[in-house]
Amino acid sequence: MPTFLLLTALTAVRILGRNRLRTGLTMLGIVIGVGAVIAMVSIGEGAKAAVAERVASMGTNVILILPGAVTTGGVRGGQGGVVTLTTADAVELKKRVPLLRETGWARRDVMQIVHGNKNWNGTVNGISPSYLTIRGWSFTGGGPFTQQDLDTAARVAVLGQTAVDNLFEPGEEPVGAIIRINHVPFRVIGTLAPKGQSAQGMDQDDVIFIPFSTAERKVFGTYFLGSVGALFASTERPEDLAPAVAQIREVLRQRHRLQPDQDDDFFIRTQVDIGKVHEETSETLTIMLFSIASVSLLVGGIGIMNILLVSVTERTKEIGVRMAVGATRRHILIQFLVEAMTLSVLGGCLGILVGILGARATTAVAGWPTIISPETVIAAFVFSVAVGLFFGLYPANKAAWMNPIDALRYE
Amino acid sequence: MAALISCEDLWKIYRLGDVEVQALRGVDLLIKEGEFVAIMGASGSGKSTLMNILGCLDRPTKGCYRLQGVDVGGLRADQLAEIRNRRIGFVFQNFNLIPRTSALENVQLPLFYRGLPLRQQRALAAEALARVGLQGRENHYPSQLSGGQQQRVAIARALVASPSLLLADEPTGNLDTQSSLEIMAILDGLNKKQGITIILVTHETDIAAYAEREVVMKDGRILTDRKTPSGASALPVEA
Ligand SMILES: Nc1ncnc2c1ncn2[C@@H]1O[C@H](COP(=O)(O)OP(=O)(O)OP(=O)(O)O)[C@@H](O)[C@H]1O
Ligand SMILES: [Mg+2]
Repeated sequence: MPTFLLLTALTAVRILGRNRLRTGLTMLGIVIGVGAVIAMVSIGEGAKAAVAERVASMGTNVILILPGAVTTGGVRGGQGGVVTLTTADAVELKKRVPLLRETGWARRDVMQIVHGNKNWNGTVNGISPSYLTIRGWSFTGGGPFTQQDLDTAARVAVLGQTAVDNLFEPGEEPVGAIIRINHVPFRVIGTLAPKGQSAQGMDQDDVIFIPFSTAERKVFGTYFLGSVGALFASTERPEDLAPAVAQIREVLRQRHRLQPDQDDDFFIRTQVDIGKVHEETSETLTIMLFSIASVSLLVGGIGIMNILLVSVTERTKEIGVRMAVGATRRHILIQFLVEAMTLSVLGGCLGILVGILGARATTAVAGWPTIISPETVIAAFVFSVAVGLFFGLYPANKAAWMNPIDALRYE
Repeated sequence: MAALISCEDLWKIYRLGDVEVQALRGVDLLIKEGEFVAIMGASGSGKSTLMNILGCLDRPTKGCYRLQGVDVGGLRADQLAEIRNRRIGFVFQNFNLIPRTSALENVQLPLFYRGLPLRQQRALAAEALARVGLQGRENHYPSQLSGGQQQRVAIARALVASPSLLLADEPTGNLDTQSSLEIMAILDGLNKKQGITIILVTHETDIAAYAEREVVMKDGRILTDRKTPSGASALPVEA
């Protein structure tokens, strides 16, 4: 049997090699199908990995609480539209929700910032010191401000990379320099390592951090003291996120004196929620890719089946001769199945090659990140073998079930 | 000698729509091992139909065909394939070689399906080709060989598996006199020297004269069945 299979495979390759154009055209469907799948999946996985990285750049196990209000019609106002969260909320949460490792808060505004002759509109964040730890920022120079800076409303600032790039000459040392935020002088005490884009595609490095107290008293025109743009918290473990969210909601509803029939006047988002949105998008994408892949493999398979049916008819006499000298039905069946699989496997391998090149080209031309995983390649290969088997079965059966004498007499 | 072939009341009926063609109408035939039988008869008398049944390529509509004592009618398709592979060699009027496949590989085919190792297939096939005088032509394609040479390849293919029965349906029908004589000399040698039973269909009396027994068919029945006066070896070779 091994001899038989090997020789049959060699014969199949030779027969297919005789009819190069036909073989090529037959394989084209599989090549395009497998190629498209490989390219698309690698783009999808690249995108997924990039999003995962961005979500991770938020920090670890982060909970984000945003103020939100309910209008009379029951329609939510924009996030942060009405001030409902305060620093006191944060302090209370820290006290009453033991699952929380840290709580912090921030308010942001776009302000004009001046250094020397450079002038730039950047995002200024007034924050509690814990904010930087929660969000996982690390320093490239200097350090964070302290509780004392907060208590005394010190005029100190920590700059993100984009802020540094826009306010300082290349090579100039930012730490120790004086910048003006809304005409108020601040001393730069630290610079932050870049994080890149956020999960929403915003530049996370476009930031200047100053103590919250300084921000509300000296920079922002504040409606009332203690109101924040957002509260942040973090938990020790990812599985603590869900129970912590429930407890936070409980505490905040109590503090805000909400009746049971009233909606929350805040939004709680966790890192997991934010990741999920993107997962859902990529799931839709995956389903779409899968449909495209199935259709193209189907078309490729039908192409193979079609050409094999033609081949079986063309070679009816040969089948008769083979049967006359002792080929069994199984021999004939295997011969044509091997031919089908040779076609589909060859097509599949070419498709994998095309897909990998396509992914590379996408990265090179469009700059999208792509990941080609061995699993994808193996799956594509297995799929093309299966397509060959499935669509080869009917023509092969047709050949195998011929009557020897009828096949021999066929003109 | 033992009966190699025994047929009792063989019928073959083809149905083409409403028309019924009775190709065989009760054939009784007994052939012993080592015989050289010529089957003759008018066109359409059922010679090929009978040969195909004897070669296990076709089944009779009715009747019993025993090959070496075994009732072939009760065998499955794969058992028939094995019989064709090991016990029967078939030579056709139109050679029936596989195109674009070398002479050697054509001859290897029965051994290939028997599952012999490739090296043994090659050696036996080369030897069979040598026996029909085609050494040096192993790698020729059928299209590169003359009709007589192609028929010799077909004979090599038929005898490579050392069958006990060789069926030849008008093997010289497409050949000129010279090639016909060469083919007949080979067949005669196989019968005389190796004792292979040969059944040969022909329209030509001088070809039939090689056989020691002559069966004449008419309208699906055996009309006459007689010994020929002398074997082919006694005949002068005509140019
Ligand atoms: N597949 C078939 N379907 C229908 N009728 C057939 C078939 N094969 C043979 N016949 C008929 O059976 C009869 C016998 O045919 P067969 O081929 O056996 O004749 P033959 O003696 O070999 O003739 P020839 O000398 O011309 O080869 C013929 O009438 C033929 O038309
Ligand atoms: Mg005939």
